[in-house]
Amino acid sequence: MNKKRHPEIVLNSQDLKQELRRRTRRDFLIAGLAAAGAVGGYEWLTHAKEDNGQPWPERRVLDANGRLWRAYVNNRHLMPSYSTDQIQYLKVNGDVGLGQDFDPGAWKLRVQTGVPGEQFDLHLFDIQSLPRYQMITRFCCIEGWSVITQWAGARFSDFTKKYFPAARPLPQYVYMATPDEEYYVGLDLKSALHPQTLLAYEQNGKPLEAAHGAPLRLVIPVKYGIKNIKRIGMIQYTDTRPGDYWYEEGYDWFAGL
Amino acid sequence: MPKLKLKHLLAIRWFHWINFPLLALMIWSGFLIYWAYPVYSIGPVRFPQGLFRALHMNQRLADGMAMHFFFMWLFVINGVLYIVYTIVSGEWRLLVPTSFGALRDAWQVVLHDLHIRRERPPQQKYNAAQQISYTAILVMGIGSVLTGLAIYKPAQLNWLAAWFGGYPGARLIHFALTIGYCVFFVVHVIQVIVAGWNNFRSMIIGYELVDEHE
Repeated sequence: MNKKRHPEIVLNSQDLKQELRRRTRRDFLIAGLAAAGAVGGYEWLTHAKEDNGQPWPERRVLDANGRLWRAYVNNRHLMPSYSTDQIQYLKVNGDVGLGQDFDPGAWKLRVQTGVPGEQFDLHLFDIQSLPRYQMITRFCCIEGWSVITQWAGARFSDFTKKYFPAARPLPQYVYMATPDEEYYVGLDLKSALHPQTLLAYEQNGKPLEAAHGAPLRLVIPVKYGIKNIKRIGMIQYTDTRPGDYWYEEGYDWFAGL
Repeated sequence: MPKLKLKHLLAIRWFHWINFPLLALMIWSGFLIYWAYPVYSIGPVRFPQGLFRALHMNQRLADGMAMHFFFMWLFVINGVLYIVYTIVSGEWRLLVPTSFGALRDAWQVVLHDLHIRRERPPQQKYNAAQQISYTAILVMGIGSVLTGLAIYKPAQLNWLAAWFGGYPGARLIHFALTIGYCVFFVVHVIQVIVAGWNNFRSMIIGYELVDEHE
């Protein structure tokens, strides 16, 4: 053993006892102070003022993590795709914003481009006239389960190319809400323009079911399920970070995978 | 003649005692997250829902995630500094088993600890069982960070998730490693209690009282 790093203290037995007692007292005092500091720090953290359901220091770190990963999001970083025989059953796990008072026949998609007053309505055939993409990807719920599902629809990037004014620079964010605005999500535009982000109208080769968000839902495999909003009634481009249903309940705003 | 011998370096002691609450918080917040989808079992053994309720761990997924992704930074920083320190200081030589003989020696240590075998095999600062445990726990820590990253960002780091058999595989390994820490903790604490006060004190003050005739 290295003697330099592992020195020895050799004294007569009386002084040795004293030296041991002195060191024990000193270091246990330091240890006690450190432990008290740790407990105090934890108490301070967990009781800090809340910011959207979490103590503000944790919220800040969540947001910082989000910015970090957002910078890393890349159109080449894809969720793996699977084959048809790997498709699994996707349960219905949320019905906020899917009230009974809804007429699919009268549905329209309201689009707001970020300039006050500049808005228009689209029909499902407008979305269906965009190039159709089909993919079999993993749908990851923030609860921890995940399911392989097939989706088909229009890429949000194609949608944006067609419907966002080409002359203007792209904004930072996009906000989507159900027709009753009970459920709403905020997305960074970078993730929304990812090639796997679809405005989906088909699931497993069939038209989307009502409980899964008919007539049009968002499928964004680079985000947790909570961002995959069903029954989209409104899409709004914006430069300020939009609100988000689950963010306000204490979850991460970015919620990216 | 009795003397005080420095057993645990100051830095190692700090790394150890900082790691302890951080790992505890990672496990705690991890179980808050696991509550939302607690599906793993070994035969009939499953993390009981009653325990979640008794410890007020139910309905706290968002809290668990916020805490997990806060303390992960401190946990990783402390772990990386520990690895760098053991390498730079050369302490790794004492910690890492250097031959397959360590496996045989470790078995002898276990037999000795269980009072089946009288003599301990010769050792340096750490016996072979300790070397294997303390190296394994480090490898487990690296495994937890990597599987954690794979679950955290399965799209951005899809290549990493693929190492562990994809997203569900990474989640299972991440969970199994956590159970591993809990087992390690129990065995570790029992060993510390058995080893006695002089040994425990040395993890605080660094020095151990030895009375050897060399």
